[in-house]
Amino acid sequence: MKRRLAPLAAAAALAATALPSLGTGTVLHREQSLYQNILVVREPTRLCLRFSVRRQTRNQSCVDPEDGRRMVFAYTRMMMALLLLEPAPERILVAGLGGGTLPAALAALLPEAAIDVVEIDPAVVAVAERYFGFAATARLRVVVADARVFVKRALARDDRYHAVLLDAYGGDYIPEHLLTREFLAEVRGLLGGGGVVAANTFSASRLYHHESATYQAVFGTFFNFKAPGSGNRIVLAANGPLPPTAVLEANAAAWRAPLAAYGVPIDSYPALLAAATAVDWDTAARPLTDQYAPANLLQDAARMPQDAAR
Amino acid sequence: MKEDRATASQAAGDPASSRDAAADRGAPTLVVNGLAFGGGFAVMALEMLGGRILAPWFGGSIHVWGSVIAVFMLSLALGYLAGGAWSLRAPSLRRFGFIFLVGAGVLYPLLAAAGPIMAWTFERVEDPRYGSLVASLALFVAPTVVLGAISPYAVRLLVPNRERSGRVAGGLYFVSTLGSAAGTLATSFYFVLWFDIHAIVAGLAGLLALLGVAAVVAEPRRPSGPA
Repeated sequence: MKRRLAPLAAAAALAATALPSLGTGTVLHREQSLYQNILVVREPTRLCLRFSVRRQTRNQSCVDPEDGRRMVFAYTRMMMALLLLEPAPERILVAGLGGGTLPAALAALLPEAAIDVVEIDPAVVAVAERYFGFAATARLRVVVADARVFVKRALARDDRYHAVLLDAYGGDYIPEHLLTREFLAEVRGLLGGGGVVAANTFSASRLYHHESATYQAVFGTFFNFKAPGSGNRIVLAANGPLPPTAVLEANAAAWRAPLAAYGVPIDSYPALLAAATAVDWDTAARPLTDQYAPANLLQDAARMPQDAAR
Repeated sequence: MKEDRATASQAAGDPASSRDAAADRGAPTLVVNGLAFGGGFAVMALEMLGGRILAPWFGGSIHVWGSVIAVFMLSLALGYLAGGAWSLRAPSLRRFGFIFLVGAGVLYPLLAAAGPIMAWTFERVEDPRYGSLVASLALFVAPTVVLGAISPYAVRLLVPNRERSGRVAGGLYFVSTLGSAAGTLATSFYFVLWFDIHAIVAGLAGLLALLGVAAVVAEPRRPSGPA
């Protein structure tokens, strides 16, 4: 009756032996944290944070050292579309720190806003601070915690946010308890009246259908935002009806100038969003719940598009 | 009422060892091994679900797994003692079956109790490490202690004499740990993909009940009542 938890031991063994190919670039930092392998790599034109849990490594977050504000990845730029639904959020919650690109940009763009970042891995916080210039302030707070626990505690305290960004699914491993109907309902509960959820999600594999069905179950119609040339899908969901295109366009006009420095083509987003409410997933797919959440098994059928998309 | 015990044992399992065992108690080897396998299966299937059950309240961090594993280990340890102690009192296949029935009986209420217990704990314990530990204790000690009693009791049923005790114990650990491996893989690879967690727990309780009934039914009849 000697038993032990095989997955943890196996993951540790795998992480120790299977260091991924690094491509071009110089490794500045390599660390095996409790949750993943963390690599900081200097490429010719950019500095990148990479997580690898299994076979492949993908860039999690990159910055251009010449131009720290320019957003290198399409998904980061697309996440900023939340400002079209909620142009002046006063309280923002970000689940998943990465290199800190998104929260830092939001803090710079919204000087009045209070931003809470919840990150499970303390090693990621240290790397973001050391290599990516991330600095927490009184308005930009980082809490090392599991996002599910943080959200439940925030609900119990009657905390409310105007925008919640879910960017915790970056590695190869999906935290399954952050991708269920119950979790999204808790997030929606945090929004109070109005508010927006922006989630960087999975665009390939069977999981796409299940995940879409889960968001649909909690929020009803949402913007299923995909940009040409990008393999990413950003879910933009509102606590209430989605704003009409005219409102999106007005907000885009207001944000055009500030976002230009970040390389975010916000002008092109309203038209893309207007066309993004069609159901293009298998509606027979079962929503994920706390009772039924095999997200990692569902994702394995087909991998996400690689680095280019991330 | 006058069935021959030796015949029943030989029909059920390995003739040589059953004959020895039958002389003492009449417990069919194959039945006892099958039950030990099922008990091992249920323990690990439940443990694999433990992390998933706790995650919505206490997260998916490593300390949640730590709580689950520690509580299962502790409970199994207590179960080993309990099973060993209970095997001193008129051991029989029928009483062995009761362990499984009790296991089913304490496992099934988990379905209804888990939510309120975790909510209660979440409200009172801020630190998710101790929250997950308290919730694990409340949820998993009872069924796991009961399931831990299976192995030592099974050893008692099958050991014919001191010389063979190590061999019998080794064989039983083999099948029950094989059952644990099967329960781990079946749950983490397939059950979570096919069923709700509630359905899996209910299925495990059903399996234990079935095994318990099987043991009671398989108890060789004796001319007089149990000693």
